[in-house]
Amino acid sequence: MHDVYNFVSGPLVWVAFIVFIAGSLYRVISLIMLVNKKEKFIFDYMSFKYSLRSIIRWSIPFATVNWRKHPVLTVVTFAFHICLIVAPLFILAHSVLIDESWNISWWSFSDTIGDIMTVIVIAGSIFFLIRRVVLPEVKFVTSASDYVILAIVAAPFITGFIAYHQWFAYPNMMIFHIISGEIMLMAIPFTRLRHMLLSPFTRAYMGSEFGGVRHSKDW
Amino acid sequence: MSEPAKKEQEKVVDQGIDVGIARLTEDKIKHTINSVIKVETGARLKAYVETCIHCGLCSEACHYYLSQGNDPKFSPVGKVKQTMWEMLKKKGKVSPEFMRRAVEIAHTECNLCKRCAQYCPFGIDIAYIMTVVRRIIHKLGITPLYIQDTAHSHSVTMNQMWVKDDEWPDTLQWQEEEAQAEIPTLRIPLEKEGADIMYSVIAPEPKFQAQLIYQAAVIMDVAGVNWTMPATPGWDNSDMAMFTGDNELMGRLKRSHFETAARLKVKKIVMGECGHAFRSVYDMGNRWLGWKMPPIPIVHAIEFYYELLKAGKIKIAKKYATPVTLHDPCNVVRGGGLEEKARYVAHAICEEVIEMHPNREHNYCCCAGGGVINCGPPYKMKRIKGNKVKADQLFRAKTDGAETLITPCHNCHSGLHDIVTHYEIGMDIKFFGDIIYEAMEKPGAIDG
Repeated sequence: MHDVYNFVSGPLVWVAFIVFIAGSLYRVISLIMLVNKKEKFIFDYMSFKYSLRSIIRWSIPFATVNWRKHPVLTVVTFAFHICLIVAPLFILAHSVLIDESWNISWWSFSDTIGDIMTVIVIAGSIFFLIRRVVLPEVKFVTSASDYVILAIVAAPFITGFIAYHQWFAYPNMMIFHIISGEIMLMAIPFTRLRHMLLSPFTRAYMGSEFGGVRHSKDW
Repeated sequence: MSEPAKKEQEKVVDQGIDVGIARLTEDKIKHTINSVIKVETGARLKAYVETCIHCGLCSEACHYYLSQGNDPKFSPVGKVKQTMWEMLKKKGKVSPEFMRRAVEIAHTECNLCKRCAQYCPFGIDIAYIMTVVRRIIHKLGITPLYIQDTAHSHSVTMNQMWVKDDEWPDTLQWQEEEAQAEIPTLRIPLEKEGADIMYSVIAPEPKFQAQLIYQAAVIMDVAGVNWTMPATPGWDNSDMAMFTGDNELMGRLKRSHFETAARLKVKKIVMGECGHAFRSVYDMGNRWLGWKMPPIPIVHAIEFYYELLKAGKIKIAKKYATPVTLHDPCNVVRGGGLEEKARYVAHAICEEVIEMHPNREHNYCCCAGGGVINCGPPYKMKRIKGNKVKADQLFRAKTDGAETLITPCHNCHSGLHDIVTHYEIGMDIKFFGDIIYEAMEKPGAIDG
């Protein structure tokens, strides 16, 4: 058990981060190189001002017509994504790990806040799952991979939640938690979770076209 | 009134598709799809397809989806699933029957209005994906018959309506004579080198709406504009090739148009009240030719009228009394940002302007643009039933008091005419030019 724990919390962490960072860089750089090779004109139309205008607008809840049309979804998706990114960075237990490993004192928030954020991510995952099953326009375009990526994202939070509360099988749950976290990181560049990497670019390009050429709003 | 939307669509007979499909082999389809995707597309298609998280949030942007009882087959992403996703997933190995359905979707169930691009949180350009599908359709030779015929006309005559070389100046001189009965000094200057403005129109104007040229000539004359029209091919700014995916032909058309303006050494091109032509000269055709923005400034009629009214070059004798509502055409509003200028013009020439909702860049499409109406009679009812949401929107504007509908776009004009007639809305449909001509002071006119 200790061997497994040491492996997943040691070498495998490095593998996960290397795959995540290298894979992400590969995704972004290869996309830009593809633009350079085949659609160079895109560089000419890209506008810093209008890219930012579009990204910022869509990053504010209820600032776009479509966010306002779907108030529940908007609240859930913003809460979900913020917690998804922020919670792992500042959970107290993670902060302790960083401190113990490298003697770096990292910020953290209280266990209660970490707990709440974890619940928000799990609840958000359930919301998205129900949405996929229930809404015809979502169900129609849903494939197996959509459920898989949802599971990949939910897993570290579910296992982390159970492990933190030590409800059952604590040592195993810890290992599952670490592995599922590593899987999520590694999956980002290679599944549709890559919308995390690519959406700023598609948003920026559409923002530039709407602002610079079409003189219109893309929200 | 409209049938229930859920009823199965009748199978349409379209020789352009039927004959073309009969000639296809799976090998040819596979080769064509893969070569278009590999050679002609790049980061955009890749990023759009890979970034889409299948959330369905684009659905409510689409008038087809809203009009067909929220049928997911008509949602923007639903249309991509039934076309491009399958083509990519199967690496081009799709059947002729699949391609038949792809033609229906890309050509008659999407107006390329780009409203969905405003609803996608990631800004995915589904209209672009549909134009790639249309490009594949073009290369396979299965484009719907009617729109392909207009593309053939473009190719042979450089205009959309088979107007012959001698018929064009003849029509202009005929309209000049007609207008001289009203303003004896009026001219339609042909081939005037060094004029400030070249005025260009779409071919349906000389073909069957010649009065629009008459009206434009009166406006130009009264405003004292130094203008001209070419007597040669290159006068037509329309472009159905852009919608069939025949990019090479689109390039020929736009080159001819821009070169005609260059030959006449004009400072800018003013175009009539047409939306798709604006998209062609301002967005698509110029880019195909390698111009980031149009090589010669393009001024749409809305902007031109705005400038004339603002500068006091035309004065309104008596404002149009009937309450109007204003339809924002996608290509000049979502595609050109002319919504506030359109409102300035509307308020300057009409007593009362009543907004329809939604409006401006969020207005619902006419369901005629993007080449859909040009696919002809076989798809007329589909187009009308696919836009019940527009009828509802117009009904509400009528309830608010609007009796006349202003649509500064030819395609919108024709499409909304069908909507207004079928759903018995009872509204007059007018161009800005119609109302300006009616309401303006005409100092040189015989009557007054």
